[in-house]
Amino acid sequence: MRGSRLGSWLAMLLGVLYFFIPLLATFEFSLRYFRGVYSVEAYRIVLADPQFGATVTYSIVLALATIVMGIALVVPTAYWIQLRLPGLRPVVEFITLLPLVIPAIVLVFGYLRIYNSSSILPLTGTERTTDVLLMASYVTLALPYVYRSVDTALRAIDVRTLTQAAQSLGAGWSTILFRVILPNVRVGVLSGAFLTFAIVIGEFTMASLLDRPAFGPYLQLIGANRAYEPSALAIISFALTWACMGLIQVFGRGAAGQAAGAR
Amino acid sequence: MAYLELRGLKKNFSDVVALEQLDLAVGAGEFLTLLGPSGCGKTTALRIVAGFEHPDAGTVVLEDRDITHLSASRRNMGMVFQAYSLFPNMTAEENVMFGLRLRKVPQDEQKRRVGRLFDLIGLARARTRYPHQLSGGQQQRVALARALAIEPRVLLLDEPLSALDARVRVQLREEIRRIQTNLGITALYVTHDQEEALSISDRIAVMSAGRIEQLGTASEIYGSPATPFVAEFVGTMNRLTGEVVDGGESIVDCRGLQLRVTAVQGLPRRQRVLVLVRPESVEVTALGDGEAPAGTLVGQVTSHSFLGAITRIKIAAESGADLAADVQSARAGAFPIGVRVACRFAAESPSVLKLDDA
Repeated sequence: MRGSRLGSWLAMLLGVLYFFIPLLATFEFSLRYFRGVYSVEAYRIVLADPQFGATVTYSIVLALATIVMGIALVVPTAYWIQLRLPGLRPVVEFITLLPLVIPAIVLVFGYLRIYNSSSILPLTGTERTTDVLLMASYVTLALPYVYRSVDTALRAIDVRTLTQAAQSLGAGWSTILFRVILPNVRVGVLSGAFLTFAIVIGEFTMASLLDRPAFGPYLQLIGANRAYEPSALAIISFALTWACMGLIQVFGRGAAGQAAGAR
Repeated sequence: MAYLELRGLKKNFSDVVALEQLDLAVGAGEFLTLLGPSGCGKTTALRIVAGFEHPDAGTVVLEDRDITHLSASRRNMGMVFQAYSLFPNMTAEENVMFGLRLRKVPQDEQKRRVGRLFDLIGLARARTRYPHQLSGGQQQRVALARALAIEPRVLLLDEPLSALDARVRVQLREEIRRIQTNLGITALYVTHDQEEALSISDRIAVMSAGRIEQLGTASEIYGSPATPFVAEFVGTMNRLTGEVVDGGESIVDCRGLQLRVTAVQGLPRRQRVLVLVRPESVEVTALGDGEAPAGTLVGQVTSHSFLGAITRIKIAAESGADLAADVQSARAGAFPIGVRVACRFAAESPSVLKLDDA
């Protein structure tokens, strides 16, 4: 018994070291801008760079649009599959897994062939429409995570009975979706939303090849030309991502009490 | 005149026949129960009335209006489900108000109705609790209040007590009946529990294989089962196969034993019949090694089941049939396992089914 407990602690310690040593090393390196003393100069330079603010803002706006679009697509789909088309679940699961199998670079070249300026739907013709294309590609990239989060939350409630109870009380489909189903899968939707946020903030391939001023290409640009600033940016990205995960915990805890009654 | 009518309903799920032919008329303010085993089509019938399923053939008529193709949300039928169906993100009060808000009922009226319903279900103190903070019985009470809040044209109850423990089940079924009677609402109730059906219904439709086997009051169903299935399904029934010897004198021959059964009067000689006798109608006397009186079934006690005030004893009759008989528990000691007993019943007690009709 004592042996197994010691083993667990050792495994946990190794895990912690595995994750934290590279992070601490990066953090420590980001403070060495001036020889011989620790300083936050690299952070100051990064935060003072107007491109940093612009690219972060662009990526945040795009992430929010992706979240809205992704949820609008996934929640009704997952709900309908659970309610009326359970036989289609394996097909939809397969489709949602494709973005994990097909590399982003293959996807983006596909987009460029289909939506180039001389195609029937020339989405790459203007900056705005390219933004729309980039957002759609992010929805695809985030699909495996968003679909699973929402589907898991839907499986935790009795979708069929809740739907029929609402119908018998006179509710239409939009009322059922927004007032009965969505509030009860809030944890899943939030998880999907924040995972989407984390993916979009750091994404490089699609933004770079579609030539959009996102945070991912900016990270790469700094990394290729500077020494200490990339480490500072890496830490800032970590902080942003972890803040997202923290928010999942905070919102998730709030909703957990209500979701418990769904079973 | 019927308030709710199901006319010639048929429903198949792939190759499975859920409803073969269902015709049923429910009167206004009536409490009618669809009783039957799993897969008999009772829930399908209820779901068709609710609008969750569409029949392959037939119509649903409510107050002379065909509502077969009306969507569930426009039928104004309150439904209580077998599974807990309260919206987990809403308090008990919000759940009950849900239908009223959709109908844009004025706030004052909403409060008045909700207050009255919580008083009716005896949960005035639990209004602000979320479903997960309520017991199963309380959740079903709130679900009942929610269904009643919209003042439904018909109250539909789909085995609402099956997930509850025995004591709460008995208590709640009485409450459901009391509330239904108070409000004078028409109710269609589905259950597989015959005791539940017999205790609260105005009329019962016993269903099997997508058809109604018998429709009648509790005493008609219990006392005069129309088919062998009803006899078997509702309560415990002794079944004796026999042949009419003399229709005029009401004599039936059951495996060589001549019994007097009033119900065979007028039946032709040699008509094969099933004589059905309830255990409470069977009188048992210990025989020892003595001779059995004429017209009695003789057998050996094989088991005892204590049921409270009465004990049900099983008897293996010498003629080959098995019998169940109820005796006062205080007297059960007089019939230990293995003892030889004589069983008789009054000639008026049994009901009889012609076997050709079965």
